[in-house]
Amino acid sequence: MDLVTLWASLVALVIILYVVLDGFSLGIALLFRTAENEEERDLLMNSIAPVWDANQTWLVFGGGALFAVFPMVYGVFFSALYIPLLTFVFGLIFRGVAFEFRVNAVRKGIWNKAFFWGSLVAVVAQGLTLGGVISGTKVSEGQFAGDPLDWLNPFTVTLSLALLAGYILLGSTYLIIKTTGAVQQRAYRQAFRSGWVVLGFQIIVTIWTPLHYPSVWANWFSSPRIYFIWTFPILGLVAFYALLKTLKRRREVWPFLCSVGFFLAGYLGLASSLYPYAIPPNITFQEAAAQRETMLITLWGAMIVLPMVLAYVIYSYSIFRGKVGNEGYHA
Amino acid sequence: MDALFLSRIQFAVTTLFHILFPALTIGLSVYLVVVEFLWLRKKEEIYYRMYRFWVKIFAINFAVGVVSGVVLEFEFGTNFSRFSQTVSNVFAPLLAFEGMTAFFLEAGFLSIMLFGWTRVPRGVHFLATCLVAFGSILSAFWILGANSWMQTPAGFRLVNGKFMITGFWEAVLNPSLPVRMSHMTTAAFETSVLVVAGVSAYYLLKGKHVDLARRSMSIALIMAALFVPLQIFFGDASGREVFYRQPAKLAAIEAHWETNTDRGAPFVVVALPDMKGERNLFEIAVPDVLSLLVTHSFNGQVRGLKEFPRGDRPNVFILFWAFRGMVAIGFILLLVMVWAAVLWRKGRLFQNRPFLWTLLIVHPLGFLATELGWITTEVGRQPWLVYSLLRTSEGVSPIPAGNVLWSLALFLIVLPLIGMSYFYYILKTLDRGPDMTSPLPPVQRLAGMRSLDSIKDPKEGT
Repeated sequence: MDLVTLWASLVALVIILYVVLDGFSLGIALLFRTAENEEERDLLMNSIAPVWDANQTWLVFGGGALFAVFPMVYGVFFSALYIPLLTFVFGLIFRGVAFEFRVNAVRKGIWNKAFFWGSLVAVVAQGLTLGGVISGTKVSEGQFAGDPLDWLNPFTVTLSLALLAGYILLGSTYLIIKTTGAVQQRAYRQAFRSGWVVLGFQIIVTIWTPLHYPSVWANWFSSPRIYFIWTFPILGLVAFYALLKTLKRRREVWPFLCSVGFFLAGYLGLASSLYPYAIPPNITFQEAAAQRETMLITLWGAMIVLPMVLAYVIYSYSIFRGKVGNEGYHA
Repeated sequence: MDALFLSRIQFAVTTLFHILFPALTIGLSVYLVVVEFLWLRKKEEIYYRMYRFWVKIFAINFAVGVVSGVVLEFEFGTNFSRFSQTVSNVFAPLLAFEGMTAFFLEAGFLSIMLFGWTRVPRGVHFLATCLVAFGSILSAFWILGANSWMQTPAGFRLVNGKFMITGFWEAVLNPSLPVRMSHMTTAAFETSVLVVAGVSAYYLLKGKHVDLARRSMSIALIMAALFVPLQIFFGDASGREVFYRQPAKLAAIEAHWETNTDRGAPFVVVALPDMKGERNLFEIAVPDVLSLLVTHSFNGQVRGLKEFPRGDRPNVFILFWAFRGMVAIGFILLLVMVWAAVLWRKGRLFQNRPFLWTLLIVHPLGFLATELGWITTEVGRQPWLVYSLLRTSEGVSPIPAGNVLWSLALFLIVLPLIGMSYFYYILKTLDRGPDMTSPLPPVQRLAGMRSLDSIKDPKEGT
């Protein structure tokens, strides 16, 4: 595998790590409204308080890596998607400070709202960003050459609704792992319902993508994709089936893993439909890549540092494993 | 108002907001390392109480630092994409490494620091505190590496107007990095221990939490006595670095228009610089002192601003006054430290009310000096993004002004809102004071792991 492909895969890996990890954190925030009282809200928040910052760091690292190894992708998308990306950041600001401010507040209402609405705005903006990426971007001489609202269309809006449902699925299945009693029972129901909604969206998006973006259709039915592209919908259906089964059997960890598999199916399907284009519809990863030396330097750094990062992040997770109590971590 | 102007304002607003929080994070994390070390060493409960109290401030501060920092990483792409794409080969790996090496370290171990008391052995907890402090300093290293590279670029060659990397460490450890890194980390330490001293002074004046306040203040003042003079030394070194590598910046800082030829350059103490007329409308100057300060000789030559084309000059008024504000604060704090030393000799450090009031009043000055310092260095870099190689006007994103107007307006609403809430919860935490009664965390052992406690105190072993 050449350097560019290797880095494209690494960036893809970091993105999906971010999507899954911050996805369940954001998803739990989206369920915040369904908590019945302040104790339950404490519980929801405590289930992610020790991990949300590390989860979000995958985004910061992903952004930095993209900047270093695919600078054109970073520059073009960040100019083209100025509005959804900064909307996303505004959402993250409110979501992030809510963790600390809410603990210290006597009247928690305002930070409950900031937490929920901040997360909702962040997720919707993420969906719009993803939609904008798939919809295609005008580029001339390596720079964005379109209009500020080029990303806005029905397909993009549909994707952001799909992402809302997807994160609720991840969040509710993670809550099943972390909670007991009434909250857990509700999480089972939420997972069950959002699972069906996600299936609906996956089907809609799978049919709509080639219509919205014609070259995908040609891609699917030509070599080499024809040999493997169909495995992703099958993987998705298997994950969905397993999700329903394990939810019915009241298993605790499996539903989350199945939702991750379900997500992965959609993500891999989309990624392999778009490849080798880094900036659809015309710019490939090869064209968008940084200087070879820069890619090598960052690769060396990543090879040395990322295994250590994974090790201590997993260690940190393991310290806070098990059911969360509502005693409050800050007390 | 075009996209360039608005983007510059937005970047200035968001960085000036952001830097307040890392300054306290860096310094307070080191302070917490000292306090926890004392607790493990002396086993006096008060140190544990101090840690738990100051870590509350640390946690609130850290959260705002994280969310306001993400903004900046986005803005390189959203607002300065031409710059980003031109310099990425040399510049961007530093940001990627910051995420990889520093942010994960901070995020991964912060949760142990905050919530891990009953879940990990004390030695592991101490290690977590040390790693968070290390991570915050490492983050400063990469960011100052990147910013210093923009001031004194190295380790690259230009190919068709694009920066290509020739030496990674040459780029990171560029000429101005050592002194700028020292200057900024010392600023963070100084700012933070002043906050601790100021809050402690407030408690002593009120007669509340006296034991905790005295110990907190002692440690803070010992650290401040080290950092305050050291900072003046680094400031001087920084100034001479600017003189050698960014002469136009130095001339603007000093409102120095004419190159001196056969005698020393005067030091302008106060002035009203007039950029159009290329002179000072009013000034009080001391002969030869500028030469003495930057060249360490009475008649050393200092190039005046008139030697540089008008289009290559930074804003003299802002630089002149921002710099003087920063220096004045440095010396005010030095005087306070001298006073502290005198009182300490007399054994009246905690009783002298005028001194405690002074500490309370001067304690935010570290933040102000940090802001003024960043204004000096960044405004002084203008009109360049990469000094003398890439103009700020060549770096802006191809976006309409409306985009930036929208986001800038939102930032101007959101950031004050977050800032005021932050201030409110910090004050509330200070008002509530330390928790002196909750049970101490149990001494724990990890299976198969010898904790630092058992090494130090075998009696306590299970």
